[in-house]
Amino acid sequence: MSKSQLRSIVTDIIKSIAPDEDLSSLDPEKPLRAQIDLDSMDFLDIVMELRVRYNIDVPEADYPQLNSLASTVNYLMPRMQGV
Amino acid sequence: MHNSRIVITGIGLTAPNGNSLPEFRKALLEGKSGVAKFETRYMGELIAGVCDFDDLRYQKKKAVRRGTRAGSIGIYCAQEAVKDAGLTVEDAGRDRVGVYLGITEHGNVETENEVYKISQFNYDTKFWTHHHNPRTVANAPAGEVTLNMGITGPHLCIGAACAAGNLGLVHGAQMLRLDECDLALAGGVSESIHTFGIFASFRAQNALAHNEEPAKASRPFAADRNGIVISEGGCVFALERLEDALARSAKIYGEVVGHASNSDASDFVLPEPKRQAECMELALRRAGIEPDDIDIISTHGTGTQLGDQQECAAINSIFAQCDDTCVNNTKSLIGHAMGSAGALELAGNLPSFEDGLVHPTINLENPDPDCDIKNMIIDTPFPKKNIDFILNNAFGMLGINSVVIVKRFDA
Repeated sequence: MSKSQLRSIVTDIIKSIAPDEDLSSLDPEKPLRAQIDLDSMDFLDIVMELRVRYNIDVPEADYPQLNSLASTVNYLMPRMQGV
Repeated sequence: MHNSRIVITGIGLTAPNGNSLPEFRKALLEGKSGVAKFETRYMGELIAGVCDFDDLRYQKKKAVRRGTRAGSIGIYCAQEAVKDAGLTVEDAGRDRVGVYLGITEHGNVETENEVYKISQFNYDTKFWTHHHNPRTVANAPAGEVTLNMGITGPHLCIGAACAAGNLGLVHGAQMLRLDECDLALAGGVSESIHTFGIFASFRAQNALAHNEEPAKASRPFAADRNGIVISEGGCVFALERLEDALARSAKIYGEVVGHASNSDASDFVLPEPKRQAECMELALRRAGIEPDDIDIISTHGTGTQLGDQQECAAINSIFAQCDDTCVNNTKSLIGHAMGSAGALELAGNLPSFEDGLVHPTINLENPDPDCDIKNMIIDTPFPKKNIDFILNNAFGMLGINSVVIVKRFDA
């Protein structure tokens, strides 16, 4: 799976959780919560959607890795191989 | 404690046949049913009353997704009620607004959805949502209203089975008298059609209506009735103390002059006409009026064999000699909107004070001889002179009875 494919997957998940947001101009390097309206419950929704859709469990200690779009993609890349 | 008179100054509602009071009233006068076919998980196609209000009028998509259907119904109705009252939450004072919503139940829909979801994962509970608790706490629908509208006064839901719509209103009136708030947003909501359990339970009780034509399925008091049509809906009244309403020259729909509640203490599901009659008599006493002062009795009748007969017995024990008292049934048009039923059915009758019409009951071509009740208005609106008092019944399981009497307000 390429980085762009993975970025698209993550963006789809965020879109489903924050459907009112315009994600087209997201800066992948900046924290997600600094750019769009995402609170802690939304963040847990992202974790849940990764579990439901791709059977990936993100332990609480790794939550900081999901800070930005780029860091999320980097974190998921090795875990999504073979999915 | 204020000894104030309480008046209705705004109404927001969604019913299966209307998303505002004018739409709802028009449908009731035209005998237009809001009952339709409805697909339900596990049980396939059933019949229900479904609302089509615009849930994005007052909420963002994320809020709809995060919250509950009952919350969205409550928000729509509360926002519409405040607007109809010619107020804003800021005008009233954020901390002086109270939200009191009657519910038949809350949490079944959200719990069933999660159980279904984890069933797709071999019941692994790690797939259970973190939204479950905030969605299912018993104050959720009222709490969602405060979150949406920025209300910082008190809020709670009143769990009262199918008497909840009346008792939400009653609770709001009482909180105004206790000076807990200056504006009470009070009524009832129901999302129950979105869980299969309520349909399955009524079916197991042989009390779920079925009919080839959905609009003919809700048949309270008819000889050929076969049960309840379950509906969703909501109705919120803006209630104020009379002096406050007069001070701002508010439109007044009516004055809440009498109310009562009691318990059958006899059975989980079967009603007790003696207690229902006592409840109506107590409300009449508190209103300081006699039975023949009542112009319209808005019945609770749901379409069950015994329930309809018992209510008729209760009404006849008080009103048999009242030649000018008219009777109608709103559930024949919208089904049983559960926690919102009492509030919706009262709201649908309130315009009678202005238009002088009693809305009809439908599907009553063949009345049950054991539901013999005088002056039932059938199929066609009945013009009645000097409509001054409406009595609204709402009864529920575990033997909870409620009666509200509203009087026309003349300045």
